[in-house]
Amino acid sequence: MPTPSAQILARKPEIVAKLRAALPSDAVIDDPAETRAYECDALSAYRCQPLAVVLPRTTAEVAAALKVLHAEGVKVVPRGAGTSLAGGSMPTEDAVILGLARMNRVLEVDYQNRFIRVEAGRTNLSVTGAIEGDGWFYAPDPSSQLACAISGNVAMNSGGAHCLKYGVTTNNLLGVTLVTMAGDVLEIGGPYLDAGGLDLLGVICGSEGQLGVVTEATLKILPKPEGARPVLIGFDANEVAGECVADIIRAGVLPVAIEFMDRPCIRATEDFAHAGYPDCEALLIVEVEGSPAEIDEQLGLIRQIAARHDPVEFREAKDAAEAGRIWLGRKSAFGAMGQINDYMCLDGTIPVSSLPEVLRRIGDLSRDFGLDVANVFHAGDGNMHPLILYNANTPGDLERCEALGAEILKLCVEVGGCLTGEHGVGIEKRDLMSVQFEAQDLEAQMRVKDVFDPHWLLNPAKVFPLAASAERRGA
Amino acid sequence: MKAGKMKVQTEAQLAEAIRDAQGPVQVQGGGTRPVGDAVGHMLEVGISGVTLYEPAALTLVVGAGTTLTEVETVLAAEGQRLPFEPGRWGAVLGRDGESTIGGVVAANVSGPRRVQAGACRDSLIGVRFVDGTGAVVKNGGRVMKNVTGYDLAKLMAGSWGTLGVMSELSFKLLPGAPAQATVCVDLPAGAAQVALAAALGSPFDVSGAGWLPGPGAIVRVEGLADSVAYRAGRLRDVLTPYGAVTVETDFEASAALWAELRDLTPFVGKPGDLWRFSVAPSQAPELLARLGGEVLLDWGGGLIWALLPEGTRARAIAAPYKGHATCLRGPGPAFEPQPAPLAALEAGLRKRFDPRGILNPGRMG
Repeated sequence: MPTPSAQILARKPEIVAKLRAALPSDAVIDDPAETRAYECDALSAYRCQPLAVVLPRTTAEVAAALKVLHAEGVKVVPRGAGTSLAGGSMPTEDAVILGLARMNRVLEVDYQNRFIRVEAGRTNLSVTGAIEGDGWFYAPDPSSQLACAISGNVAMNSGGAHCLKYGVTTNNLLGVTLVTMAGDVLEIGGPYLDAGGLDLLGVICGSEGQLGVVTEATLKILPKPEGARPVLIGFDANEVAGECVADIIRAGVLPVAIEFMDRPCIRATEDFAHAGYPDCEALLIVEVEGSPAEIDEQLGLIRQIAARHDPVEFREAKDAAEAGRIWLGRKSAFGAMGQINDYMCLDGTIPVSSLPEVLRRIGDLSRDFGLDVANVFHAGDGNMHPLILYNANTPGDLERCEALGAEILKLCVEVGGCLTGEHGVGIEKRDLMSVQFEAQDLEAQMRVKDVFDPHWLLNPAKVFPLAASAERRGA
Repeated sequence: MKAGKMKVQTEAQLAEAIRDAQGPVQVQGGGTRPVGDAVGHMLEVGISGVTLYEPAALTLVVGAGTTLTEVETVLAAEGQRLPFEPGRWGAVLGRDGESTIGGVVAANVSGPRRVQAGACRDSLIGVRFVDGTGAVVKNGGRVMKNVTGYDLAKLMAGSWGTLGVMSELSFKLLPGAPAQATVCVDLPAGAAQVALAAALGSPFDVSGAGWLPGPGAIVRVEGLADSVAYRAGRLRDVLTPYGAVTVETDFEASAALWAELRDLTPFVGKPGDLWRFSVAPSQAPELLARLGGEVLLDWGGGLIWALLPEGTRARAIAAPYKGHATCLRGPGPAFEPQPAPLAALEAGLRKRFDPRGILNPGRMG
């Protein structure tokens, strides 16, 4: 991270006093023992104590805090639940964390117009929790959904297992209340479709907290399908599983999820969760939705397609318990890996057609670097999650793991994909951006930040390579 | 650039034309959506052809000047389609050009399936464009999950050529449906919204919810044959309390209804101002009562197309409601004036993407 501003560090007492004067007394934390909880997010290999932490309860308090910090020229790192795997809410010593955890209320539920309006610190799962009793749900379901906040989902444009059918956050976001770095409160979008002018909402979503602080969000909600049922299909080669995915998509069936696990991942989860998975090279979990008869119709078609690829196993769930067991291993995959070793989770996306080639080359890279890689990912949309296993206590292992990770992400870009499908760039992939983008591509993106945050105070040393943003950050 | 009209065939020619431009440029695809006021030399984007089509990955990359007809034909050969079902406005606006895919994106045109599959901007996964300085910029890519950097593709969609001129576009596709059915409820437009909301609030995966003069409230389901029959039957039950229900199960007849709504066929050849309102659906009945005129409804009532007597001050009538109005034909301004802070952000973006202010000046803002 860039060298912190000595001048800001020296003025800490004065800055904290001004924040205290503008906010309720319990909204400002500056005791290092208490701010330690904010020193990292889920990319916990990187840590740094912030200057202070502000925990507002209302949009007005967010605006008041930002007015003070803007006037003082202090950097701000917005934070939802701190579950970023990319270091999106990692602080710097000279930055104040603006945490939204206290803003978690449901403000409005409207089934006629099919939306819910929430404060952005509310967790993803509790959005659905507020409406599922009435038969509705909020579709994006990142695997951290129990903990992650809507503000972070909007910042990172989070996805999940079911985006093949329902899309990612940006496709389910109708409007936001955005507080700019200058402390202005803007209403963008609302309970109607599309923008009257430029699609500002579209560029705010996924801007990693660099354009403004989202304090409220209007989210599209959907009636729950009548039912859902998964099947498990095992294959003796990754290539064949990849071909089966392609054929399912071509056939015109649109499952809500197609998940893929390779042999290292199957073995590890089997040892951990005992889901009863077959011992094979690759398996797919395919889930479809609808009434029982509709599910039968879709699964019949999927069974026909799978049969052409000579699967070693085709397991249909006959009841909820069996469906649960099919999902058990997949949902335990990350936990299982954590039992074996430390791991780093990558997030590159590739064209689905490149799947066999990319898996083969990840295998080659894994051997070259001497680190095991397990693959578990959303196959329908090509969003890979290679898990690189390493030992944090072995000197040099983390560095080797990061070097392997960078090679895998470069491979994703080389075959026509991207560095990150749903986790975001943060600090983790910041300096790889030049692999995917030319200088003028990054320049165009940075111009947007210039407009929203001319002094580059919001989450400044993220997303863009430090060298590319140096002049703008005044570094 | 020379005076008059210029047509570019490649991205390099496009970049050169913009770099060399001495004054304002009107950017045009097929010229079928003449909305807003534009001045300057005509620059026609003729960058045409499919760059990449991978049916198994549901991905299409295509030159911005490719006609919508060509795109749809290429996809139909593989049983696929653009999810957002864009309409053609040429007939209603009296233009005989061929709509291009770049024009569709520039106007962010989305048809009835928007309620299920999202807008044009939701299917746009990548873009290449030339900004107002002549620099070529790419954003997004050809994969459907991509959060690498800011999403400028969204910003380009619906920017009407005012931030840059698009040269190449990537889309996420959907498989076509072998069957479809439309459930029709005999209702006046003003009473349709509650019925449409009931359908959209059901678990039966509705892919269109609108109102047409004649059939009345219309609700579409698409998919595998047995599933379509099942859901149409269940929707008949859901909608029976609202009025007399009939179900159109013939594929062609059902599709024809939605083509009429999508392309505004009932308004073709009729005089009057043509307006488009995007509002919260539940506000539609009250707004309809205040507007009068001839109307069509889409998006469950959230999209109102209205043919109004010339000179109607429609924006003032709609002012109390949340949303926005666009004037396709009639007295300007064509686009909803934005609140001051948003207008300042938009002006800031235009100034940075097009510092000379030469791209479609006056069209949007």
